Amino acid sequence: MKRRIKKLIKMSVKGPILFIVKRAIALYLIVVLSVYITIVIANLGGYVDRITQAQILEDITFTIKRDPQYRGLPPEEVDRIIRDTYELELKKLGLDTPFIVRSFRYLVNGLTLDLGRALYLTSDTGSRQVKLIILERLPQTVMLFTTASVLNFFIHLFLGLYLSRHYGGKLDKLFIALSPTSIVPGWLYGLFLIMIFASILRVLPYGGYVDVPPPDDPVSYGLSVLKHMILPLSSWIISGFFMGVYGSRTFYLIFSTEDYVTVAKAKGLPPRIIERRYILRPALPPVITSFSLGLIGSWGGAIITETVFNWPGLGKVMRDAINSMDTPVIVGEVIIYAYLLAITVLLLDILYLFIDPRIRARFR
Amino acid sequence: MSNMSASGELSIKSIVREVLTYRSGQVGAAILLFLIGLSIYAVIAIPYDRAIALWRGEESCWIEVPRNAMPYWYKYIMRKNLPETIVVDGLRGDPGVIKAVTEIPGTNIKRILLEISFTYDYDDFPSEVNLFFYANYSESLPLIKIYWIKPDGSNIPLISYTIRRPYTILYLTINDDVQKSLLEFVRSNVGEPKEYIEPQLIMFAVNDETMLSAKTAKILKSTGSQIRKYTLRIEGMLFGKDSDLNAKLVVYGKVYGFAGTDHLRRDVSIALLWGTPIALAFGLTSSLAISIVQLIIAVISGWYGGKVDFIIQRLTEIYMIIPFLPFLIMISSLYRLTIWVLVAVLLVLSIFGAGVKSTRALVMQVKEEPYIEAALAYGASSRRIIFLYIIPKILPPMIPGLIGSVPGFVFLEASLAFLGLGDPFLPTWGKVINDAFSNGAFYKGYLWWIGLPSIMLILTAISFALIGFALDKIVNPRLREW
Repeated sequence: MKRRIKKLIKMSVKGPILFIVKRAIALYLIVVLSVYITIVIANLGGYVDRITQAQILEDITFTIKRDPQYRGLPPEEVDRIIRDTYELELKKLGLDTPFIVRSFRYLVNGLTLDLGRALYLTSDTGSRQVKLIILERLPQTVMLFTTASVLNFFIHLFLGLYLSRHYGGKLDKLFIALSPTSIVPGWLYGLFLIMIFASILRVLPYGGYVDVPPPDDPVSYGLSVLKHMILPLSSWIISGFFMGVYGSRTFYLIFSTEDYVTVAKAKGLPPRIIERRYILRPALPPVITSFSLGLIGSWGGAIITETVFNWPGLGKVMRDAINSMDTPVIVGEVIIYAYLLAITVLLLDILYLFIDPRIRARFR
Repeated sequence: MSNMSASGELSIKSIVREVLTYRSGQVGAAILLFLIGLSIYAVIAIPYDRAIALWRGEESCWIEVPRNAMPYWYKYIMRKNLPETIVVDGLRGDPGVIKAVTEIPGTNIKRILLEISFTYDYDDFPSEVNLFFYANYSESLPLIKIYWIKPDGSNIPLISYTIRRPYTILYLTINDDVQKSLLEFVRSNVGEPKEYIEPQLIMFAVNDETMLSAKTAKILKSTGSQIRKYTLRIEGMLFGKDSDLNAKLVVYGKVYGFAGTDHLRRDVSIALLWGTPIALAFGLTSSLAISIVQLIIAVISGWYGGKVDFIIQRLTEIYMIIPFLPFLIMISSLYRLTIWVLVAVLLVLSIFGAGVKSTRALVMQVKEEPYIEAALAYGASSRRIIFLYIIPKILPPMIPGLIGSVPGFVFLEASLAFLGLGDPFLPTWGKVINDAFSNGAFYKGYLWWIGLPSIMLILTAISFALIGFALDKIVNPRLREW
């Protein structure tokens, strides 16, 4: 008996896992492609070459200047040694080969997040490793925009449900009329929110992550972060509000005209159960799709929104890198975004496995 | 398929007529007409070259304009007579300038007295006071002394100054010596200032304790019981027979034009005006170009099917997961794109975008229609079927999407400009927002500077969104039920 159950579990797990592995491989190939395109575009102007060469030169200069056996030599002699070693190193690493060969070396570097060293920016810990500069900001971005997407999801879900129940009413008409306001992106609403709540009313901060200086005890630190999150979150909620609610309401309406809903009604099932089992359940996959599109879109939108709110995330690093023309960081950011996007899509694919029985049915 | 055949019969004219039957279509069209009118006005009133010259001219053509001035209509919002800029030019022979030159007999030295006077009746202090000198000299440099005489008669010696170039600007309110003499005046006549007080405040305030703090200082107006003027008095010595000296006094106000000025004294309304045709042209061109290319690819994919279809479908799936905006940002930061190159880059980055998938679905539907079968039966070529039978059929349902995607491109350009990656020459709304944002407009309260271009962006976006919304109801009538 036990063995049979085990076998059953094995059977039902094998299919989905295979599916996830296949998706993961496909997504990874797209990341590889994205990174490769990034490298080719950046190196049209020779930027990637310069990143690598600058890093090699810096490493060599550092080792030679610290090596006691060269200390007594005159500066010109040291410079000559540095230059010779540098050229030798370029040859050794194959950097004098044609771009097509080099590009694959860069590809491997990019994929393993060996992103070189920043020209000007440093991480909070003082490092100039591009990888550290970017990854140290990742949690803030993920925190802000996942919260925004999840909040949006629930707001659209419940208000959409409410509207579909009161379809044709005054509120419904209001949401339809106001849905074009969602064309305006969150960051632009953000500008107005800052004007109202920071510049005029002075009740909320202009931006940033936490008060300066940061509070010592964790509770007030957390509250301070929350206070700084109010405006960026609101800007995204306002931006998605009317269209999002309108969209999910329309989904529920489409599903509520299905025959099985009519049958359920005829059976005399209570409206709450009909709503939960017969409308919400089948409408979930498309609603999740719009959630995932929102989440994916938020990584791109984050760049501008974080700049507006001075939120210390990936987008803010991007703007700082642009302002100081820190090419290694810009290129590194694109690669991180490629990974972030692919990982998001993969996670959502896994989520679909749980909520959409049609996908699971394929593996039976 | 009833909606398909219904939409297929719509002509452009009837679509326009029907859009206007919807409230949203009317509002959208009205805003769009206003924006088009504004664009035409911008292009005619300020020709392209002049707009760019003005926008890049920095201070040389804007030197008589106040920095960070508020829009003129702030006067009515703040219910205060905010100061406008006063220019009194001796060279131009403005009234209020008295000039007396006397030669000292036996020498080639001339004594000069220049008095520039003006009335000041505003409710706020000026933002800046500058003095421009036009000097003619051949031997030694002209030496001058400058006095500031207030309407109450107090005479403040400001500075002794040597004019070292034929055209010189003396920035009175940021000059250290002038500041020192003004503070000296306050100390000896009223008392020790409680805080830092700006030179222009001392120059224009009532001489009592109130002037010791910026919060309490009152403006000494020219009107009142007796009309007396403010006077700037220049006493000087000129050397040489042909030597001469003229001066222009500029008392910078706090309001300028419809949209105020920026940190480089430029009139923001130029960018607001010129931003309109740029945004409309950019949005429409990108949207149109991308829609057409995606249409062609979708038709090829749907019509030919098989391997071609497979490859195009996989490409669209890849395109969906490629980090679009980071790519665009990287390209524009590494290669400094002008706006038209940006359109080309956008086109490349969205050839296989999401639009291909939805259009392909339409193609697949149309492909099954009997009249296509009939065309195949009489031996029509694929090209003929695609261009004469399929594309005209699927064009109408695409129009709402085309119009609806215009705002996206307008905002995209604005976002890039906001990151400092805008077109290097053109004045655009995003650039103004970027300037304002990076120069601390929020903190300093220059809200119009960020607000006005943002409102223009929103107006543009909403107008296209409303029109697209109305179009959608007409072309996809199923939506009307819900």
